[in-house]
Amino acid sequence: MTRQPVLSLERASKRYGETLAVNEVTLDLGEGEFVALLGASGCGKSTTLRLLAGLDRVSSGRVLLRGADVTQDIAAARNIALMFQSYALYPHLTVYQNIAMPLRLRRLSAAGRLPGVPLLRAPVRRTLEGIDAQVRRIAEMLRLDGLLARKPGQLSGGQQQRVALARALVRDPSAFLLDEPLSNLDTQLRADTRDEIRALHRSTGYPFLLVTHDQSDALSMADRIAVMIDGLIVQTGTPEDVFRRPLSRAVATFIGHNRMNILPQGAAVGLHPAGARFDLGVRPEDLRITPDGPIEAIVESSAYHGEESILSLRATGDVALRAVLRGVGSPPEQGSHVRLSAAIDGLHAFDAAGQRVEIA
Amino acid sequence: MLRRALTDLVLVGPAALALMLFIFLPVAVVIVLSFTDYQFGARRFDWAGLGNYADLFGSRLGRNALINTLIYAAIVIPASVALGLLVALGLHGIASSLPRVSAVLRAVYFLPVAATLVAMAVAWQMLLHPSLGMVNHWLSALGLPTRQWLSDRGLVLYTLAAIGIWQSVGYNMVLFLAGLAAIPPSLHDAAAVDGAESGWSRFWLVTWPMLGPTTLFVMIVTAANAFRVFETVATMTQGGPAFASDTIVYALYREGFVYFKAGYASAITVVFFAALLLLTAIQIALVERRVHYR
Repeated sequence: MTRQPVLSLERASKRYGETLAVNEVTLDLGEGEFVALLGASGCGKSTTLRLLAGLDRVSSGRVLLRGADVTQDIAAARNIALMFQSYALYPHLTVYQNIAMPLRLRRLSAAGRLPGVPLLRAPVRRTLEGIDAQVRRIAEMLRLDGLLARKPGQLSGGQQQRVALARALVRDPSAFLLDEPLSNLDTQLRADTRDEIRALHRSTGYPFLLVTHDQSDALSMADRIAVMIDGLIVQTGTPEDVFRRPLSRAVATFIGHNRMNILPQGAAVGLHPAGARFDLGVRPEDLRITPDGPIEAIVESSAYHGEESILSLRATGDVALRAVLRGVGSPPEQGSHVRLSAAIDGLHAFDAAGQRVEIA
Repeated sequence: MLRRALTDLVLVGPAALALMLFIFLPVAVVIVLSFTDYQFGARRFDWAGLGNYADLFGSRLGRNALINTLIYAAIVIPASVALGLLVALGLHGIASSLPRVSAVLRAVYFLPVAATLVAMAVAWQMLLHPSLGMVNHWLSALGLPTRQWLSDRGLVLYTLAAIGIWQSVGYNMVLFLAGLAAIPPSLHDAAAVDGAESGWSRFWLVTWPMLGPTTLFVMIVTAANAFRVFETVATMTQGGPAFASDTIVYALYREGFVYFKAGYASAITVVFFAALLLLTAIQIALVERRVHYR
């Protein structure tokens, strides 16, 4: 990357007693970039986020904000916005007060925040007017105008989330971190919110870092994905890159709506000669039923999902496989024998250590 | 339908009957008695109208007991709530770094609550003894003047208040600890990210408002206990010297069970009951709306 990253971790580790939650992670968040940190729950991605925000200190390594070392700075000093999975709205404050809070805490002294002071002191009054303008602007942007007097407890989940977004964005942050922003929403709202967050990213231009366990959120929203497994970032790349060329078997089986089939060494020589030396991975979507396919399998069960059908199969050598068939009138019946094939660009080879091997 | 109604009646009946028999009926009897000059053991009684109430509010002794109780409560309620909160904040803070110490201290603070107050009062009497007690012993060792803790008319009420605080801090601490544990940690994180740099500003932004329901409950319980102060008075001072530590419940005990003036004692009970009811109602009405954020 030619431009200087806005926020970066340099070989950052976080240790809790004996366990290493984050292991020498290096991660850059560039100007205007949308990065997704993707990993299963408990892999250390939320800890990574807390290290970036300043809520936890690194055990070793550095945190840089626009090139400056902020490793020892507390969260308040970093001006990094963070949206929490639970939204963490202040339940006793109105929506307006929630959104205004980051500005009040930054621009007013403790004395200036006391009630009644703005009536007596003109500078405090002017600061409050500035805050008011900003709160109303961001509230309008996120369609919260009509809700400013409500308490968070009176809002729906989607509205609460927009308040959390507004509170994070109101103070013009250097970077915006989102911790599992979609996990509390139902399917329909999820899709809308994805679009909304994408649009928000385009219109504000802040660097976004999205932490998620859901690979489809990451694939659909991010410019770049960092895949984290057991405290390590194992692959970084564009969504297409990570999906088409997973660098390890762990990434390959983690990414994808349907888990990738792994045919152990020797089981799939028919698909590709490399199958004699390596494990071959093939996504369920890339398997085709063809009369002369090299793999022979029995249909164990089939599930109809509307636009697709998912087959559970057992191939010779007792290998369990899944295949996703699109646009097939009726899937083959349970117990029937089928032959399967896959195109060569749908194959991924992995060596004994689980690393990708190019077979072309 | 009838079956259903019968079942409901059988389920509700015993408890309702017990409530009527052991709570509502005695309260009604006490209210009636408070308008009479009845004495325990007497065969007859005469109506006294509001005479007993006039005695309580009109006599020097009655007013003295009321004022002493108010002073005692005015010291014990704020001090034990504030100290309970401070101790809870401290123990909650060190719970993650020094869990063993935190647990031990918690037990120490809770000990006065679990112990029998009468036994503890005897222990306090020893500690506070003018010539043999440890307290005066330490004071003189430090070169400070010694005091007559329980027999100085100007001091005895404050000594009892201090013991009252000592006794209730542990209970309040436990309630506040539970309240603190229920605050979502993400709120503190949010405050930190939003720019609340000091622990002080995070306390006012998150901890204090989130403890609202707990504080309300602690206040009500502490107030009820403070107004009911009896054991320490009965065991250590018997209301003395010269009624300087006479409180309303002790006066009630003395009038009712020493002088057998059931009518007058009933009037005190009714006033006490009404005052506590009113206090609780005011606290709930005033604060309830502001502490449950719905």
